[in-house]
Amino acid sequence: MSIQETYASLGLSDSEYDRILELMGRAPNYLELSLFSVMWSEHCGYKNSRPLLRRFPNTGPRVLQGPGENAGVIEVGEGWALAFKMESHNHPSAVEPYEGAATGVGGIIRDVIAMGARPVALLNALRFGPLDDERNRYLFREVVRGIGGYGNAIGVPTVGGEVEFSPAYSGNPLVNAMCVGIIRADEVVRAKAEAGEGNLVVLFGAKTGRDGIHGATFASDELTEESEAKRSNVQVGDPFAGKMLIECSLRLLERDLLVALQDLGAAGIASSASEMAARGEVGIEIDAERVPLREEGMEAWEVVISESQERMLAVVEPEKAEEVLKICGRYELDAAVVGRVTSDGDLRVLDNGDTIGSVPAQYLADAPVYEREVRRPAYLDEVQNFDPDDLLVPEDYNEVLLRMLAHPNLCSRSSVYEQYDSEVGSDTVVRPGADAAVMRIKGTKLGFAVTTDVSGRHCYLDPRGGGAAAVAEAYRNLSCVGAEPVAITDCLNFGSPEKLDGYYGLSEAVDGLVEACEVLGTPVVSGNVSLFNETEQGAIYPTPAVGMVGVFDDVCRHATSGFKREGDMVVHLGDYRPTLAGSDYLEIVHGKVVGRPEAPRLSHEKEYADLVRLLVAEGIVDTAHDVSGGGLAVALAEMSVAGGIGMVVDRVEVEPMLRGRRRDEALFGECGAHFVVAVPEERWEDLQEALAGIPYDQIGRTGGDRFAIPGLLDLTVDDLRAAYDRDLFERHAPEGGHLG
Amino acid sequence: MKVRVLVRPKRGILDPQGEAVKRALPALGFGGVETVHIGRLIEMEVESSEEVEGMCRRLLANPSTEEYEWEVVS
Repeated sequence: MSIQETYASLGLSDSEYDRILELMGRAPNYLELSLFSVMWSEHCGYKNSRPLLRRFPNTGPRVLQGPGENAGVIEVGEGWALAFKMESHNHPSAVEPYEGAATGVGGIIRDVIAMGARPVALLNALRFGPLDDERNRYLFREVVRGIGGYGNAIGVPTVGGEVEFSPAYSGNPLVNAMCVGIIRADEVVRAKAEAGEGNLVVLFGAKTGRDGIHGATFASDELTEESEAKRSNVQVGDPFAGKMLIECSLRLLERDLLVALQDLGAAGIASSASEMAARGEVGIEIDAERVPLREEGMEAWEVVISESQERMLAVVEPEKAEEVLKICGRYELDAAVVGRVTSDGDLRVLDNGDTIGSVPAQYLADAPVYEREVRRPAYLDEVQNFDPDDLLVPEDYNEVLLRMLAHPNLCSRSSVYEQYDSEVGSDTVVRPGADAAVMRIKGTKLGFAVTTDVSGRHCYLDPRGGGAAAVAEAYRNLSCVGAEPVAITDCLNFGSPEKLDGYYGLSEAVDGLVEACEVLGTPVVSGNVSLFNETEQGAIYPTPAVGMVGVFDDVCRHATSGFKREGDMVVHLGDYRPTLAGSDYLEIVHGKVVGRPEAPRLSHEKEYADLVRLLVAEGIVDTAHDVSGGGLAVALAEMSVAGGIGMVVDRVEVEPMLRGRRRDEALFGECGAHFVVAVPEERWEDLQEALAGIPYDQIGRTGGDRFAIPGLLDLTVDDLRAAYDRDLFERHAPEGGHLG
Repeated sequence: MKVRVLVRPKRGILDPQGEAVKRALPALGFGGVETVHIGRLIEMEVESSEEVEGMCRRLLANPSTEEYEWEVVS
């Protein structure tokens, strides 16, 4: 192989190779080239996204640790803090869905452990192609099995997430795993290899094999037929070893035996050691022959970039090393001193005493940065061009509502989350299926809520508006359960930044996230970027998944979306400016993904959501739901099904909402910043008082077994449930035809 | 005819089941075990062996983590 073929096969461009030559002042050997290849990949080096990520607000009164560490950390109160992060495992899951998803979960758990936190909650944001395709069904089924297989076995509850289906994700599924851990605020661990020269580097966990060699480079490539042949990259997860790793890491930290801790993810020892060295402004020497191996005949370069799972790297003072190794042995983990901290700033790999590669860690950490031109792509004008008057008006709204509720994008997710253990650990207060999961912090009244949200379709039709809407939706979801939103983690899933559409989508969506985070006061404390999500059929929808965490002073004061009692007043609160542009209705019933969705009115989002939270915290409201995909009719139907109680909308009272609107727009149109709450009659006055100055309408009453809007809809709760409780794993009848 | 399919973890791939058994054996006093790999044996009665290769590839084995071989035994 020529030199050019070699670096090209490692995913390095000509100009990147030239830059390496210039930095090093000599030609790198294969090991060194591999180090650059993995550390300068998008997955590790953020070379296409770094200038964009700098725009994120990342400080706030509760933020203890912003981006740059293994996970972000926020303060809850009474000395407690939460560490959390979301990360993608899209490419590995496309190739081997079970192990890809399982190791995605394992990887994000290790990020949280590395902060010294105990993982207590998992979520997953998933995207697949439509279920009428066998390959998509296989990917969906196996990804869900993989999440359950790892999460259930390691004993961390999977409490929430989301899943959506669109042709844009056919062959390129998205698997974004999020983990939240709890920790004492004064015990947060940082992954700096400080405390300098002479300290030892200890690798502990599973043995190292030839797993996922060049996986990080692979993750930063488009998926082609060829990547099928790269299947030897697959890593296999071992949740039982993962469990030992959690307990062992926390024990080592509790005994104050570690100077720094870092998980091993993409690019293995090479990446972890160089990140630790660069952060601590020191050097690290690795003795490749000391790494406990699972296979014979591994080359030193393979050893240092292997992505074998369930491993951690720690910096330890020499006199404590023996105790560290002893404790690892007690947890049946392999552990070895594999190197030392030096003062020269180089990441050096030795093999039986011979230097076989040496690169200043700073060079590896400073991946080149590409700033590209942001130009509005032509497709936007085409897809945003939409006139609702061209749409046929349905005749039977009963049928339309049932069809919406039964659609894979709106139906119950219970067939997914029933495969997950959502209660292990006994801290789950509100289980999956609600607007957000609610967790308690044992031994206190404190709690937290967590949700993941984004609409890829919205981001495709308007990347900036869609990015902002993702944050706004998460903010609404947390507010509906009664939590105070604090901060977000994000997983930026996009197509190739080297293409006009891809970079525009990325840059605009980031700006949308930034705008929303600033207005809503939810900084970004951690995250991950996954680019090149493309197949030969094209790019995925721009999908900046948002994971938001909020806190409770008193977790008992929370709300859920199901109707609780007969005779409650049902109240719509907030903006009511529904539009069919870019709506679920338009896609499901008319087969169109067009129009420019309403841009979120962020100041209203904040005002109304904060008010809903106050209503919950003061005990006025225990039933609240945000209106999002499917519009008002779907939101009301969900509340009915969740509570098993019908409702009748009073025609007189709903008339103002219908005035001048198409019926389908009134029922299924979408816009942000609105909610439905329900209160018993005796709290109606309190509610009216609290709502002074806010737009609201009392639209109906709960009760009976009918779900009716006179003149438009008349169904039973059982009808709704039969449609909504769809098993996503059943072989699907093809969706019905579209109305046009 | 009777077909026997042997599925095992690919060389070098992590085999958590094998590792667990390897750790458990010495605990029962069995020494000198250097490696353990665990696969599975599948026996099928089929009308023809024509489709066995496809069955292996698409269902019986996971080609991304496992290798397989099969034979007609009677």
